[in-house]
Amino acid sequence: MDVIVTDVAIVGAGGAGLRAAIAAAEQDPSLHIALISKVYPMRSHTVAAEGGAAGVIKDNDSLENHFNDTVTGGDWLSDQDAVEMFVNTAPKELLQMEHWGCPWSREADGKVAVRPFGGMKVERTWYAADKTGFHMLHTLFQTSMKYPSIKRFDEYYSTELLVEDGRCVGVVAIEMRSGKMVAFHAKAVIIATGGAGRIFPFTTNGAVKTGDGMAMAFRAGVPLKDMEFVQYHPTGLPGTGILITEGSRGEGGILVNKDGYRYLQDYNLGPPDPWPRKKAMELGPRDRLSQAFWHEQQKGRTIKTAYGDVVHLDIRHLGEKKINERLPMVRELASSYIGVDPVFEPIPVRPVVHYTMGGIHTDIDTRTPLPGLFAAGECACVSINGANRLGSNSLAEILVFGARAGRGAAAFAKANKPGSASAVQHGAEAAQGRVRELFLRADGTETVSGLRKEMNDTMESGAGIYRSDDTLRATCAVLADLRGRYRKVRLEDRSNVFNTDLLQALELGAMLDVAQAMAHSALLRTESRGSHQRLDYTARDDAAFLKHSLATFGGAEPPAIGYSDVVITKSQPAERVYGGGAGHE
Amino acid sequence: MSRRPYLRTVERNWWLSRRRYVVYMIREVTCLFIALYSALLTDGLVRLAEGQAAWDSYLTAISSPPGVLFQLVCLVFATIHSVTWFGVTPKAMPLMIKGEPVPPQTIIRAHYALWAAASLVVLIAAGV
Amino acid sequence: MSENITLEVLRYNPETDQEPYFQTYTVPYHDDWVVLDALNHVKDHIDATLTYRWSCHMAVCGSCGMMINGEPKLGCHAFLRDYKGGAVKIEPLDHFPIERDLVIVQDEFMEKLSSVKPYIISDHEKPVSEGEYLQTPGQLKLFKQYTQCINCLLCYAACPQTMLNESFVGPAALALAHRYNLDSRDCGKDQRAEVVASNEGIWECTFVGACSEVCPKNVDPAAAIQQTKISASVDWFKALLLPGGKK
Repeated sequence: MDVIVTDVAIVGAGGAGLRAAIAAAEQDPSLHIALISKVYPMRSHTVAAEGGAAGVIKDNDSLENHFNDTVTGGDWLSDQDAVEMFVNTAPKELLQMEHWGCPWSREADGKVAVRPFGGMKVERTWYAADKTGFHMLHTLFQTSMKYPSIKRFDEYYSTELLVEDGRCVGVVAIEMRSGKMVAFHAKAVIIATGGAGRIFPFTTNGAVKTGDGMAMAFRAGVPLKDMEFVQYHPTGLPGTGILITEGSRGEGGILVNKDGYRYLQDYNLGPPDPWPRKKAMELGPRDRLSQAFWHEQQKGRTIKTAYGDVVHLDIRHLGEKKINERLPMVRELASSYIGVDPVFEPIPVRPVVHYTMGGIHTDIDTRTPLPGLFAAGECACVSINGANRLGSNSLAEILVFGARAGRGAAAFAKANKPGSASAVQHGAEAAQGRVRELFLRADGTETVSGLRKEMNDTMESGAGIYRSDDTLRATCAVLADLRGRYRKVRLEDRSNVFNTDLLQALELGAMLDVAQAMAHSALLRTESRGSHQRLDYTARDDAAFLKHSLATFGGAEPPAIGYSDVVITKSQPAERVYGGGAGHE
Repeated sequence: MSRRPYLRTVERNWWLSRRRYVVYMIREVTCLFIALYSALLTDGLVRLAEGQAAWDSYLTAISSPPGVLFQLVCLVFATIHSVTWFGVTPKAMPLMIKGEPVPPQTIIRAHYALWAAASLVVLIAAGV
Repeated sequence: MSENITLEVLRYNPETDQEPYFQTYTVPYHDDWVVLDALNHVKDHIDATLTYRWSCHMAVCGSCGMMINGEPKLGCHAFLRDYKGGAVKIEPLDHFPIERDLVIVQDEFMEKLSSVKPYIISDHEKPVSEGEYLQTPGQLKLFKQYTQCINCLLCYAACPQTMLNESFVGPAALALAHRYNLDSRDCGKDQRAEVVASNEGIWECTFVGACSEVCPKNVDPAAAIQQTKISASVDWFKALLLPGGKK
């Protein structure tokens, strides 16, 4: 098997992976950096993010405001030392992006502009029209071309981490175009593979979001933290799940039910006027908005369509000029995919899975418990987002922690010797054997698409916006069954060349392991907090559960769930108050 | 290696496969006729320099039926050339006035206006 | 009453096929399905060997470019309702080698993209601590449309020069160079000129204009290239005529 020797290997070339690569290259140009991705970098899902990236820059704002908004938004499950570092660093990272050419939208005097976003007391969301993720990703990708020490391995699917004596010494990957397996013999590895929204049937996430990196770390013994916290974005298009940015509400859009009533006022987010008003009504946090939809649905006040129940997002009152300037992509998406021109009609929307708050357990420096392994971005959980992420914190997060991971991995690579060639060789051959077994299996009875659908269905029904003991137990049982049947998957595609049947099978394996961590963590958290809402335990229970959950891989058995403390410094847990009582201008 | 990327062959008549390519080829072919007409005019200048007799025989030649037909064909192609050229000028020279882009139609119409003005000048000078 | 629609998809597996061939699939017709939905249906329920790239399903990642009834389109942005009443012919993007089924080899494009130095080249760098470079909305508007390229390669599939000349840098790469040349924070035009204003760069373009017609994001690469021709020519004359060479 081919072995590629490198100093730093980065799995995932989205916003966090690219930022890490640039940071490592700048810190030490003599280091070799292998940037490995299962898709070309510009296809990474960062590209689909729309609304913006949060960073304190205006005189009317303060780091303390951003800190408090984030900790409150996370329902006090965020590690406050990490949040403090994050809010401090975010503005510098966003300015660095500007220096690298990111086309931030501007005020008349040429300074960067900011817009209001959900759950934030003061507007601080930097934006590039309504395609911020697209512009950030392309800026990072194009900037990365300046650094000759970054070598890209596009369309390589990473399958396993290589571990020797309790240290990460590399990663094994499939060169997708030829089917050949390749071992990266690396001194430090960064995982930046994104979230796992494709575990659910209705999601804003693209095909690539299958939690591959989370599963790789999980199977190598690294715990997955806070997996029960899955964010439903309140405004996705019905059917496709396509994201309609929170920015449309930041610009003044409203949500109404079948009676044309702004129902959010019934859920402690009112009063409805004056509007727009920060941290109130449609600018409340995402978990509250998605939960309100569920309640409206129970009351029969949502609008029925061929694609299920929806509510209406109305931006008509913004006017055509403002929509074309600030929300052109929203107009295009609604027109193309649902036949609605938002200048003249309200957009049908519903909550769809959007972001995975949980992920690979890391410390504030992106280090995992496995020496030599780092993780950053949505695949990681530091945690700054806690039980619910505020919109526009994620695009800032990938920069802050991507850079940190790059520098950390570069320093580690500089200070440490590589693993032994024999350990890499043996580990890689074993990994290859596992893929071969799946590839060559002739007597399987299951299909990838069949198992995937069953996984999607059970996660949505048992571990959706609202959960309960019986729904979660049922889902855990189905997942255990699916994991067993996964060992009987038979591939239809037998080619070595770009075999997407094999790739989808491997992705399904990753999703099943990650889904099991999600369901079991949810089952054992008998409280409601942030985006994890239980019908049988409706209150937040700080005494028992002001803790992070840690899921440890159990092989063929379900994961074991443990707990660790949350770092509380300046902000003691309190009631999350939005709407009129929040007191702001 | 099991890879074997397949390169599809290019047909000789690739430009017939799509209407936009045919239109493009016609536009390109117009240069041929403009070149030929320029050669004709150049020839006229040379004859003019050679004296009255040469000039007269030149005028006779271009007034003959084949001569007129040729010039009519050139006129058609020159018109196509100009019309397609004017149509694309807004792309090649976008104008901003006071921070707002000048509408493409305005730029195109300005070209036609100049063309008309220039033609008028020529016709008057020619005593028509 | 459920309708069906027929797809004719070009298949190619280098390990078993001498050359590509068409395979027919019948899928259910849905009014709001795109071609990508139909392909996913085939892969999930009829033939798991069907191979194609896709991800975002919202026309922003650029993965799913393909020829649909002879036109380069994004699979996620081509609606079945526009192809009703006939078979839908689906082939990989023109002018690229075929790796497998609808997957093309795009290595050369990636090289061309980086060859135009698509990043800010500045002669007055300042540290991040000094804040942002000021850029008015008017200055942003100048280059904004050229930032919209999603690298979907439809323009390369439409461009006859790409077909006739493998080393043509191509519409998307040249439009990206133009984006940086117009950005008020950049002054790298001269450094890009070696590739951009070369015979394989803008001068290979004969303004067919097909690229701009098929671009799903209205980047208008044809305009970018013609504008670059003018500015490159002006630069050339300046270098020739003005004492001391370049500005």
